Amino acid sequence: MKIIVCIKQVPDTTEVKINPTTGTLIREGVPSIINPDDKSGLEAALVLKEQQGAHVTVLSMGPPQADLALREALAMGADQAILLSDRAFGGADTWATSSTLAAAIRKLEWDLIICGRQAIDGDTAQVGPQIAEHLQVPHVSYVTELQVGEKAIEVKRKFEDGWQRLRVQFPCLITTLKDMNQARYMSMAGIYEAYKREVKVWGLADIDVDQANIGLKGSPTRVKASYTKGTRSAGKVYEVDPRDGARIIVESLKEKFII
Amino acid sequence: MDFQLSREHQLLATTLKDFAENEVRPLARETDEKEAFPVSTVEKMARFGMMGIPFPKDFGGAGGDNLGYIMAVEALSKVCGTTGVILSAHTSLCAAPIYEFGTDEQKRRLLPDLASGKKIGAFGLTEPNAGTDAAGQQTAAVLSGDKYILTGSKIFITNAGYADVYIVFAMTDRSKGTRGISAFIVEKGMPGFSIGKKEEKMGIRGSSTCELIFENVEVPVSNLLGREGGGFGLAMKTLDGGRIGIGAQALGLAQGAIDETVKYVKERKQFGKTIGSFQNTQFQLADMQARTDAARLLVYRAACLKDAKQPYSTEAAMAKLFASETAMAVTTMAVQLHGGYGYTREYPVERMMRDAKITEIYEGTSEVQKMVISAAVLK
Ligand SMILES: Cc1cc2nc3c(=O)[nH]c(=O)nc-3n(C[C@H](O)[C@H](O)[C@H](O)COP(=O)(O)OP(=O)(O)OC[C@H]3O[C@@H](n4cnc5c(N)ncnc54)[C@H](O)[C@@H]3O)c2cc1C
Ligand SMILES: Cc1cc2nc3c(=O)[nH]c(=O)nc-3n(C[C@H](O)[C@H](O)[C@H](O)COP(=O)(O)OP(=O)(O)OC[C@H]3O[C@@H](n4cnc5c(N)ncnc54)[C@H](O)[C@@H]3O)c2cc1C
Repeated sequence: MKIIVCIKQVPDTTEVKINPTTGTLIREGVPSIINPDDKSGLEAALVLKEQQGAHVTVLSMGPPQADLALREALAMGADQAILLSDRAFGGADTWATSSTLAAAIRKLEWDLIICGRQAIDGDTAQVGPQIAEHLQVPHVSYVTELQVGEKAIEVKRKFEDGWQRLRVQFPCLITTLKDMNQARYMSMAGIYEAYKREVKVWGLADIDVDQANIGLKGSPTRVKASYTKGTRSAGKVYEVDPRDGARIIVESLKEKFII
Repeated sequence: MDFQLSREHQLLATTLKDFAENEVRPLARETDEKEAFPVSTVEKMARFGMMGIPFPKDFGGAGGDNLGYIMAVEALSKVCGTTGVILSAHTSLCAAPIYEFGTDEQKRRLLPDLASGKKIGAFGLTEPNAGTDAAGQQTAAVLSGDKYILTGSKIFITNAGYADVYIVFAMTDRSKGTRGISAFIVEKGMPGFSIGKKEEKMGIRGSSTCELIFENVEVPVSNLLGREGGGFGLAMKTLDGGRIGIGAQALGLAQGAIDETVKYVKERKQFGKTIGSFQNTQFQLADMQARTDAARLLVYRAACLKDAKQPYSTEAAMAKLFASETAMAVTTMAVQLHGGYGYTREYPVERMMRDAKITEIYEGTSEVQKMVISAAVLK
């Protein structure tokens, strides 16, 4: 089985500090990590590799520094790494990102594509499903468990209030949740080899893509305005049993004419 | 001169930090209080290749180097001194001498299991009457056919009981003094070999420190490490390497105590201000960090010399002397800056202070390091 895992390099938001005067993120000096949902997707792929054999390719679009995320993936056990990097790809929104990634994927052999559910910086959760649409394959998002059969994959898809069990035939795409597993550490041997192995770098010339769909020019999204969410007033804490709690909630919702 | 870590070592540092924070820190207090050898942590360390960092892949190692290995000891010790010394004794005092002095057959037979962490290693030199004066070995080995018969005992042996492979020193010819000492590979389960009393200690309490007892243990000739009579030199060379590991343990303890103190002084308020705003606190922290960085440079230098296959014995002694005394001083200052809270089990600095003390004692006391260094200085 051939698996492609799309990984995005993101700033480690647990270490991000906020500039108190402007309210914006201070990105300088913040370490970069593999987006957590993607890392769990990679872990899932590596488990399949161990259990039944699989060839795992990691693919990332980003600036040359994203090389680090791919080296980490190699040190965890990925077989092949490809970095999509070209000035022409810069400034991409989700449409342009997914168009570019899909074009690269068309050049590869694969049965299963794994994306993270969403990136902790962009947060749209659009790129995975968009790639599936570009490639005209089925996709299942929010996957927390998976089992691979002969021709299909069985997954558990998680929602806030429930879950589904679905079977989907190869070739297909899934998007994974970080809680599905605990990603392994890079192995010591993998680390010492990481820079001896190759990270292929593909530019515009290496993929077949309509230039109208990539980079800043190929990005239809326009940011009209951005603002910092205001803080809401502090809530009230009641230490009561669930029955009284329910009554208090209903009463106060009524008071505010919400119900 | 280049003070940058290579890209590999930077990658290593991030993963070691994650491992220490997620897997080791949560257990550190219990490991100390219950004197519990952290078996499950060692299994996890094995799983991702930490038990054989500096050995070639052919022998089951990670194909790495000594710098990477001591960075691992440092990272573990930053959160748990016990876990740090388990790795150090295993790697420097057991797997390393087999790799450096073993025959090809011994390496093939023993290293893969040690480097992969399937087996744990230990080193038995010290005896009740042979401490600093290690030449005074009472344990004896007598050749009989294709076996040596070992009798005697060892004391204070790290990893004892949990280890499977022990490098043990014994007199094969008392008339030759230090040239009559030989090194043997003794394996768990050999008839007549048993583990004696377990020490109750001030620090590194989760690490196992016990007596080894040899009652007519038959050790096959194929388990003689190095040549007969070469044991004392082998022990001294092994300890040269081990001192870099203990230097790294000390370094980790010092840095761990600084990190805890930085967090604390930013939060604790007295006289309406954080205690970190007092200049005394700031100056103490400046001293603590400057000394710790100096220790780090000495320890890393010794490791890099070993990796470059250059002489490193004096440098290892300096690294161990300076780093261990730094660890003791810095952890003591850390407790002071925590005030009464620092003296309680609620905060980890008191444990770090207790753990730091041993680094001035084992693998050659500070006094011994000074003998080694001054001998080189006066040469
Ligand atoms: C309203 C809006 C406007 C934006 N405008 C701009 C802009 O003008 N300029 C700009 O530079 N950026 C812009 N961005 C950011 C940019 O769209 C996203 O960072 C990028 O397209 C990926 O989307 P995402 O971060 O939301 O990823 P998601 O869709 O949340 O990611 C889902 C998954 O897709 C995969 N994936 C996502 N990105 C990559 C990648 N690069 N390589 C490999 N796999 C990947 C990963 O598996 C990831 O987990 C904008 C974002 C928004 C929300
Ligand atoms: C927790 C722990 C773990 C240990 N692990 C191991 C292990 O795994 N394997 C192993 O073989 N050993 C181990 N040891 C033993 C350790 O290496 C010895 O304790 C150490 O070498 C000191 O020997 P000693 O205790 O006999 O002290 P002594 O030699 O009696 O020393 C007492 C004091 O006298 C000083 N002194 C001695 N001789 C001189 C001199 N000539 N000039 C000046 N001062 C001198 C010493 O520096 C020290 O301050 C361990 C010890 C401990 C406590």
